[in-house]
Amino acid sequence: MAEKDVIIGLEVHVQLNKLNSKLFCGCSTRYHDAPPNTHTCPVCLGLPGTLPVLNRGAVEYAIRVALALNCDIQGETLFYRKNYYYPDLPKAFQITQYDFPIGLGGKILIKGDDGEEKTIRITRVHMEEDPGRLVHAGTIDRAKYTMVDYNRCGMALLEVVTEPDLRSPKEARSFLDKLRNILEYLDVFDGDLEGAMRIDSNISLVGGERAEVKNISSHKGVEKALAYEITRQRSARRRGVAQVQETRHYDELRGITVTIRTKEEAHDYRYFPEPDLVPMRIADWVPRVEAELPELPDAKRERFVSEYGIADDHAKSLTSEIRVANFYELVAKRASPRLAAVMVADVLKGELNYRDATIDDFSPDHMVEILDMLENGKITDKGAVEVIRTILDHGGDPAGVVEAKGLVKVEDDAVKEAVRAAVKECAQAVADYRSGNEKSINFIVGQVMKKTRGRADPGEANRLVKEALDEM
Amino acid sequence: MLRELKERLAAGASAEDVVYSLFEKIKKSKLNAYNNLSEDSALAWAREFDDAPWSGLLAGVPIAIKSCISTSGIETNCSSRILEGYVPPYDAHVIERLKQEGAIIVGKTNMDEFAMGTSTETSYFGTTRNPWDTERVPGGSSGGSAAAVAAGEAPCALGSDTGGSIRCPASFCGIVGLKPTYGLVSRYGLVSYANSLEQIGPLTLNVEDAALVMEVIAGHDPRDSTSVKSEVGYLSGLDGGVEGLVCGVPKEYFGEGVDPKVEKSVWDAISKLEDLGASWKEVSLPHTKYALAAYYIIAMSEASSNLARFDGLRYGLRFGADKDWHTTFSEIRAAGFGPEVKRRILLGTYALSAGYYGRYYLKALKVRTLIKQDFERALSAGGADVLVTPTMPFPAFKIGERIEDPLSLYMADVFTVPINLAGVPAISVPCGFADGLPIGLQIIGRHFDEIGVLRTAKAYEDSTPHHETVPKEVV
Amino acid sequence: MITGEDVDHIGWLASIKVAEEEKEGFVALFNSVLDYFHQLDELDTEDVEPTYRVVDLTNVFREDVVTESISQEESLRNAPRRENGYFKSPRIV
Repeated sequence: MAEKDVIIGLEVHVQLNKLNSKLFCGCSTRYHDAPPNTHTCPVCLGLPGTLPVLNRGAVEYAIRVALALNCDIQGETLFYRKNYYYPDLPKAFQITQYDFPIGLGGKILIKGDDGEEKTIRITRVHMEEDPGRLVHAGTIDRAKYTMVDYNRCGMALLEVVTEPDLRSPKEARSFLDKLRNILEYLDVFDGDLEGAMRIDSNISLVGGERAEVKNISSHKGVEKALAYEITRQRSARRRGVAQVQETRHYDELRGITVTIRTKEEAHDYRYFPEPDLVPMRIADWVPRVEAELPELPDAKRERFVSEYGIADDHAKSLTSEIRVANFYELVAKRASPRLAAVMVADVLKGELNYRDATIDDFSPDHMVEILDMLENGKITDKGAVEVIRTILDHGGDPAGVVEAKGLVKVEDDAVKEAVRAAVKECAQAVADYRSGNEKSINFIVGQVMKKTRGRADPGEANRLVKEALDEM
Repeated sequence: MLRELKERLAAGASAEDVVYSLFEKIKKSKLNAYNNLSEDSALAWAREFDDAPWSGLLAGVPIAIKSCISTSGIETNCSSRILEGYVPPYDAHVIERLKQEGAIIVGKTNMDEFAMGTSTETSYFGTTRNPWDTERVPGGSSGGSAAAVAAGEAPCALGSDTGGSIRCPASFCGIVGLKPTYGLVSRYGLVSYANSLEQIGPLTLNVEDAALVMEVIAGHDPRDSTSVKSEVGYLSGLDGGVEGLVCGVPKEYFGEGVDPKVEKSVWDAISKLEDLGASWKEVSLPHTKYALAAYYIIAMSEASSNLARFDGLRYGLRFGADKDWHTTFSEIRAAGFGPEVKRRILLGTYALSAGYYGRYYLKALKVRTLIKQDFERALSAGGADVLVTPTMPFPAFKIGERIEDPLSLYMADVFTVPINLAGVPAISVPCGFADGLPIGLQIIGRHFDEIGVLRTAKAYEDSTPHHETVPKEVV
Repeated sequence: MITGEDVDHIGWLASIKVAEEEKEGFVALFNSVLDYFHQLDELDTEDVEPTYRVVDLTNVFREDVVTESISQEESLRNAPRRENGYFKSPRIV
């Protein structure tokens, strides 16, 4: 729950991994399954004498994101050097933005802990290059040495910085989910790729100094680390220990945070404008990029409600992931939109989630087919769920599954035949019914279901039994 | 002289012979102009050329390259222990251009470590000697390139100039050296010392050769974001003369601290230009006295960042058992850099550190604006077309004479650094001798007016014998 | 005034270990160089814009096109220590 005394701000590093090439060189961004140091060149290795040249696409994407987050785009923007040593940083400085970032002063709407819509302010959005990746022989604190892979080095990153507007770990999570959703709508980002989003969280209790928990890559991890920090800082306060400004590391395995640096050891980054790059004047790009912005989640949700006449809850669920929204819309154009909303939002998403699968694992054609069968009364709701589960677990197509599993809703004649037989066989129940015990009808309906092996619609069976009894 | 060499090669002279005799000469030499030679590849190229001559502006012409310009497959160590053995996997833009025009790279020349110096004495591989007097420095930082060209160990060479590093050694060794307008020659592949100040340029025996090399190396390169598009022919405009040219003589470049013999040679040169149809007038560059401080703050600050990458992880020096990363890097850097490089990195680090940025770096950039405006005013329409000054306040000094007093060594750059701050082009051409030591005349032009600078230098050179005097062979 | 302690701190920032016997020399030189730099204080630069670069260029980009990387062997060729395709770094804790 939102807590009055908790203050959280986030710095989110987003890899623009839908670009073809890195931020300052032509190396490919598709390094995820490649051997180490194979997506590298003199520029991203920082070899002496090399110079950066800015990827126009990265600037285009950055403007797109900044606009989608409701930021003001700065007319003139430039790069700085942030100087510090670390083995993952081959030039010993990171080319990043400092004064004059590309976007300032935006906002995102999330669902707050009180259930109401809440505005989270965005301080700034800026571009920078990703460092390389460190691999430790053993655990980070025991390793004798560290191995460095620069495949990731030089990937374009956006850093999205929020104001300290978040009040709970859950709100932080909700912010991150929403941000990811927007980024995927913008087609600049694939959140499924390793290291696509890395988050630094600043957390403090009112009146206390803040701790920065660095470099967590999952939204769940952020939520857990923040929950741990709140407990830790509260208990420290109870014991009279003051929180000092510090940087902490989240140990995912142990579920705790540990201090790695206090303010006294803080860096002095010696920022200065990157002499090897020239300023950008991009004000006149903005109208075009703005015009080309795709429909964003909040707008799509409203449109789904009005255009397809579906419930707001369903619309929200369907738009929380661009691929689900696209899937839904594809299906809704060819089948009943309302039925489709129920099946996709309430059934399919849950089944996918349960199996750790994604919407790409299910064919929209199959969904249309299932919805058609449902609408025509060929299968029951229960049968539809069974078809979806079977396809996810074993493959196949809806017609085949229905056939093989005998899920066809039984034809009326067959049900009527079963009703006739059941009424004949259940003389006692018939007698009870006639003597006024209406409940005894359930026994007869049960027999009907048994005879039809459950394929009869229970409501329909009930109606037919009653009809038969009344005719007698 | 490159023209004669090209004519000889075209007439059938063997490039292999030319290259071979160069290596013979270099190996006998006591100048220590080269750090490393690319003998095998140079001879192989020369043989190929002899078998099937190719065309190109520098077809078959040997050239020496300053050790801070990256050459694929040839060690590029910047005369530093920390880069000893480093072989780049790529060519600098200028090297690609030289190869496209058929030049043959003979080796990498000695320099002040990472181009930080005025005498080539800060080289880890020992100082280069001045061919006019081997007890003296060749100037720096491109001292190896200048000495090699002056002594006939290379017909031409490339250097780099951050605060005078081409013009100073050209002046001390009695040859021609041009620092182009900032942005004219791609810096891709030049190991950075101070990015916002430096340019690659030619060191040659005469002005025409400098123009020929410029013809090859100048031009836009998409890999250098500060590279400017320009389509200029340097050779074609060379012989226009100086009739009607207005030479500005900045009063701050004469007087106290300038060797009277240097001053006299420069005034003689101005008279010569007058004889040739130019006129001169006194101009003022009022912020000259602040240029050195502004220059050193900017250069050291940028250097502290540029040289941070040398940590022994990806290339270069690494020794002993690894400790934690910071200790290991700190010890490698302490052992790998010489004293002058350390001084500049440390001072630059200080100048950029929290609380001092405004006082030093930002202040220096503002002063840079004032200095740039000085040049713009002096060279504005209705003002002077070129400025004429001494390149160095004195001729080559003795080895060891100044190296112990860094500040006095910095002062030697007083007439060269303002040009880099303003980004304008300047050439040094021989204009006489003082006690047997060459003196350089500096001709400064407007942004991208290399033609004006070269034409002035050529007219002067054509009417004087200084460039034809060569040092006695040093054996 | 720069002190020995300052030199230690600068050395730490610059990742250059300063030996005790060097320190005194650095302190003396740095103070005299900085003193020289302070002559810039004479100039009133309140209303002067800094010159970060002398070329008047803006918006220099490359298109988002992939160019060939170099091989792992080439990437690692100059590395003094390497292992299994990685650069080998001293431990980071």
